[in-house]
Amino acid sequence: MVDPLVLPTALALFLPLTAFLLLAFSQGRLPRPVITGLALAFSCLSMVAAYTAASRYYQAVLLAPADFPSRAVVVFTGQWLNLTPTLTASLGLFLDPIATMMLVLITTIAFLVTVYSVGYMDHDPAYGRFFALLSLFAFSMLGLVMAPNILQTYIFWELVGVCSYALIGFWYQKPAAVAASKKAFIVTRFADSFFLLGIILTASLTNTFDFEILATTGTAAGLDRAIAIFGHDFHLLTVAGLLVFAGCWGKSAMFPLHIWLPDAMEGPTPVSSIIHSATMVVAGVFLTARMLPFFAGSAFLLTTISTVGTFTAFFAALVAITQVDIKRILAFSTLSQLGLMMLALGAARLVDQPAAFAVNGLAYSAAMFHIFTHAFFKCLLFLSAGAVIHMVHSNDLAAMGGLRRSMPWTYGGVLAACLAISGIFPFSGFWSKDAILLAAWQSGQVVPAMIGLGVGAMTAFYMFRFFFLIFHGPAPANHPVSHENPWMSPPIVILAVPALLAGYLGKDWFTSFCLPPMPIAALHAAHPAWLPVASTGAGLAGLLLAWLLYGSGDLARVRGITARLAPLYRLVYAKFYIDEACLFVTRTIIFLGVAAPIKWFDRQVVDGTMNGLGRLLQAGGAMVRWVQNGQLPFYLGSTVLGMILLLIINALRQ
Amino acid sequence: MTLYHCVALSLILLAIGVYGMLTRPNFIGVLLSIEVIMNAANLNVIGFAHFSAQDPTAGALFPVFVMAVSACEMAVALAILIALFRGKGHLDSRRPGGLHG
Repeated sequence: MVDPLVLPTALALFLPLTAFLLLAFSQGRLPRPVITGLALAFSCLSMVAAYTAASRYYQAVLLAPADFPSRAVVVFTGQWLNLTPTLTASLGLFLDPIATMMLVLITTIAFLVTVYSVGYMDHDPAYGRFFALLSLFAFSMLGLVMAPNILQTYIFWELVGVCSYALIGFWYQKPAAVAASKKAFIVTRFADSFFLLGIILTASLTNTFDFEILATTGTAAGLDRAIAIFGHDFHLLTVAGLLVFAGCWGKSAMFPLHIWLPDAMEGPTPVSSIIHSATMVVAGVFLTARMLPFFAGSAFLLTTISTVGTFTAFFAALVAITQVDIKRILAFSTLSQLGLMMLALGAARLVDQPAAFAVNGLAYSAAMFHIFTHAFFKCLLFLSAGAVIHMVHSNDLAAMGGLRRSMPWTYGGVLAACLAISGIFPFSGFWSKDAILLAAWQSGQVVPAMIGLGVGAMTAFYMFRFFFLIFHGPAPANHPVSHENPWMSPPIVILAVPALLAGYLGKDWFTSFCLPPMPIAALHAAHPAWLPVASTGAGLAGLLLAWLLYGSGDLARVRGITARLAPLYRLVYAKFYIDEACLFVTRTIIFLGVAAPIKWFDRQVVDGTMNGLGRLLQAGGAMVRWVQNGQLPFYLGSTVLGMILLLIINALRQ
Repeated sequence: MTLYHCVALSLILLAIGVYGMLTRPNFIGVLLSIEVIMNAANLNVIGFAHFSAQDPTAGALFPVFVMAVSACEMAVALAILIALFRGKGHLDSRRPGGLHG
């Protein structure tokens, strides 16, 4: 029953790894056409294998609910580490609806980004290294989504972090890129250290790593008790859950750990595209969804998830309105959308049902649905932004304008993506956003739902501001005249199709199959008819406002508004000084306040003790060194004297 | 002549040998002094064999072996000294020669 799944899933996972090994170990020796061919062939084959696996999974598992009530199947598993007699870590492959969805999504996006990169990275000297790392990135993310246990998830989780580090700092000659890669790595590692603590805590309490046992309401109920730490009572499940969620917090760049994501655009644009859509940042949302049955046992935890998501969604949308760097606008837009996904997962908690072991299933499926639709339009937006940057050689909105004639394909792609992300009926973003708002509304979480609606309007505004300022209005004086790259336009056009249609085509699949593996509460609230109207209305309002302010290309009115709101504008434009606050905390408080005294202690006390011991031995050596003077008669005389002494001692003893 | 005279002579020879070994500046002189020490020991053995042993044969034979073996030793030692002389150009035992710490 399961056997037909082994080969395609293993191929989908290991083909990118093979491509990485081939490209990495032939570094610099392969001619460019061969590198291109290898990268394209392996990512395409991996995509085909993923599609095969998905269709077989659909037929074998989803269409046989009697055999697989939880819709999950362990394709392959093998013991790896026997940590204790009762606790074994295994490695394997695991498929459930969300893993299969991610499998298809990651391989598709990776393939399209590879095609695009052939054009984008054409003149780069490190052509081979780029494709090697891109393949490794796809491998890590595939391993993460198909991991059957939390330890394997953690391994691939860190691999994803390493890949993003290497790719963000791909142009390591640029100091900004190096700083950005370091920032991304350190911020996510900071969160991951809590994640590791969470894994250790949950594994030691439950004696398992496997999601099939760990992420269940039964396990959560077993931990539903208080423990005393330093004399205070803590809810054990909440502590363990918060530690695990901290990893997701950093990886999915929730406020205030979002600071790495806007800087991550220092990498090549295809990298930003894949980080923001299918790999890296959605890993946090994915793991939160995977662990939802566990998290759901604690109402506090779900409230935290929902609050963090709602705040990040609103905050990032606000910042995105003022930015002038096109990739930075998109980065904040990603933050905002990730916030919506977290909001949706937090909305699994039903406000009027305190016993949290039954959740709103729609919330889970809405979050996964939004990952799915968001990946397509966000990838499309970044690829288009890359094409625009390639054309005008600048990231600044001021250098753009009137590009719709010279870049017709990109223009169409961005229009499709902007309509989709703005949640305008019937494009893909509408369906997933509507599902999120509906889920929050049905769970009784009115405030997140209303903020989500407002964020929708803000999203439409800043996305169409982006759109109008790039493609409409007057062109700058030194307008470049070139053509769209033949490798870069096809992925943009292809991605426009799912950006427009994925929502409509996918909604039934998600609502019927993509449900959390736990009890689902029966909901009495019907679908309020005004909600989709309100959400499209919000999107259209944002669009209209952007058209009024930016559509004509005459920015005098915008300048007037920003001048009147100057202090507020500056505060938002500087991203509320969060980066500066983080720098203050690290540089001043941690470096000077904590690290400097510890360094002093290490240098003076620890090193001082060791150096003192060494000096003592040296002084002792100097005291007896004169004995070894190299005079043979002296040595012989000492021998004779010693012998005589021994004889005397012997004689005295008797 | 008694055992007493023999042991006294042997002790005097030993003292002369040790003194020579420690004071001769030349390695050849050191070797000769060692030879003197060895003969002091031989004399001691013969003296005890003659005056106090029940069967003096073993005591009389032993110095013969010692002399033969020491002759071999001397041959080896002289060979080493020649090699040393070729390398260093002198045989002065007081000049420090890489043995000091």
